[in-house]
Amino acid sequence: MGRLLLRRGAETLLVLLLVSFLIYALIGLMPGDPIDLMLSADPRFTTADAARLKALYGLDRPLLERYFRWLQRALTGDFGYSRLYGQPVFAVIWPRLLNTLLLMGTSFLLALAIAIPAGILAAMRPRSLLDTVINLLAFAGFSVPSFWLSLMLIVLFAVVLGWLPAGGVASVGDGGLLDRLAYLVLPVAALTLLTAGTFLRFVRAAMIEALQEDHIRTARAKGCGAVRIVLAHALPNAMIPVVTVVALHFGALLSGALVVETVFSYLGMGKLIYDAILGNDYNLALAALLLGTALTLIANLLADIVYLELDPRIHDGL
Amino acid sequence: MTVSEATLPGRPAGPLHRFRRRPAAVASLGLLLVIGILCLAAPLVARLLGTDAETIDLLGRLQPPSLAHPLGTDELGRDVLLRLLYGGRISLLVGLGGALIASAIGLVIGILSGWIGGLFDRVTMRITDAVIALPLLPLLIVLAAVDPLKLGLPAAFAGGAAASVLRIMVIVALFGWTTVARLARAATLSVKNREFVLAAHALGAPPGRILRVHVLPNVAAPVVVATTLSVGNVILAESVLSFLGLGIQPPLASWGTMLTNAQELMFGAPALALWPGLLIFLTVLTFNLMGDGLQEALDPRQSRHP
Repeated sequence: MGRLLLRRGAETLLVLLLVSFLIYALIGLMPGDPIDLMLSADPRFTTADAARLKALYGLDRPLLERYFRWLQRALTGDFGYSRLYGQPVFAVIWPRLLNTLLLMGTSFLLALAIAIPAGILAAMRPRSLLDTVINLLAFAGFSVPSFWLSLMLIVLFAVVLGWLPAGGVASVGDGGLLDRLAYLVLPVAALTLLTAGTFLRFVRAAMIEALQEDHIRTARAKGCGAVRIVLAHALPNAMIPVVTVVALHFGALLSGALVVETVFSYLGMGKLIYDAILGNDYNLALAALLLGTALTLIANLLADIVYLELDPRIHDGL
Repeated sequence: MTVSEATLPGRPAGPLHRFRRRPAAVASLGLLLVIGILCLAAPLVARLLGTDAETIDLLGRLQPPSLAHPLGTDELGRDVLLRLLYGGRISLLVGLGGALIASAIGLVIGILSGWIGGLFDRVTMRITDAVIALPLLPLLIVLAAVDPLKLGLPAAFAGGAAASVLRIMVIVALFGWTTVARLARAATLSVKNREFVLAAHALGAPPGRILRVHVLPNVAAPVVVATTLSVGNVILAESVLSFLGLGIQPPLASWGTMLTNAQELMFGAPALALWPGLLIFLTVLTFNLMGDGLQEALDPRQSRHP
């Protein structure tokens, strides 16, 4: 198992390296470049200045050379300065990352809290009316466009009812806990609804499979109660694949958070990435995108480890 | 599979029969046909209403529903119903086109890695795993923001609204092929060493013929299901990118771009934001339910519904 993990870890690093090159190359292909923006901002700027700055930042060098120079500095922890914020990129990223992890973590837990009981209920009587209703709701959950759901929540709860703020992270002049929580409610609700349906389908499928195992039939034959069968005999087995697919869902959760944050003007990584890309902030966009990718890849690696730890059958197979 | 076979006692029902037994899937197909036909008939509806989707009427802005404008007018006085129908054409086109391109890529990669095996298989499957692991949306945003002129592509592909439709299909397909690739590979592996394929080999059939006649039909069922399911995802991805201003470019409009404008008017005219999103939601939902029903119908053994 140790060797397998070592190989998967090495693969993860390789993928991260490839993605970093891909993003580096793509970002240079976006419209406009920072020098042009300086040019338009300052009328005294001459073409000679532009050429000098291009040479200074190494923008006149070939792509591969620029990439390796960036990589060298990145490996020492130097990701450069953000053009939009005038700070080292990670000074900008950290507080945003905490906000996003708060949003994602809360939604993740709430989605599980909905999906596990509902998925079990659906799996206990497949094809029943309850199962059909729960399934339809789950399908609705992963078919709804994230940004539209966010907009509709704003219309309902902020515009029509006026119960909750429409967007942002805190009221001006008020940074109290309750105030901040009020701003979290709608984004968390949106992301939870988007995620719960997918999780529910995972739980349901895994439970149906687990309930068909031989040892469940044995337990039933011995007169074990339905609740005990589900909770003590089937659920632990069903949770093994669920843990894995849920961890693999990290990337999708991050994508969802990105959209939700943009609509609610929630100051997280998603909005940061979006602003950085549209604002030609190369260093910031690159670091933020790579961090998002790295976190997703780490979550996938964790999914593998947890899977190996939970399922003794796999140990025997290796 | 014939009808009589399906009605024989003791024999499993045919795919069509199994599909029909799922009311959600059948209702979805019906709803989808209605949406699709209405979108195709948009010019006809325009003639019926006596206006078209582009006519701007600044004095008749943001009107409530009326006989002339069944769903009212938008911020420029354009008919909302007509814009929805024309937007639907783009959204459906991108959804179907993107899903088909993605499936074609996945099919080729999957069948080849299953058939060839060895190092080629290991490398392509590692790449597939890596693509699946990536956070999709941030990368789609980067790709959609890329200036095609800087890539050295001809201006015909780079500029213009029609090119943005093709571009978005290609971009979404670049990440959407992984599921089909995996399924096609698994299906290829499962038939590769079966007797009828080995017999074809022994009879001297060329590999191209074996792939076409013996492998492809067995790969088809899971791929059709995956393609149906991915149409919904492609429509969702397109709508997000268009909503963020990186997808379909004006003057063309998709349901996603209609929502961008509606967001700014959300407080004054919330109905403008309601309709395009509702249509995206319903279309994606119907494709997903249909895919689920197809899976049941085409491959009852692998289905997760006992």
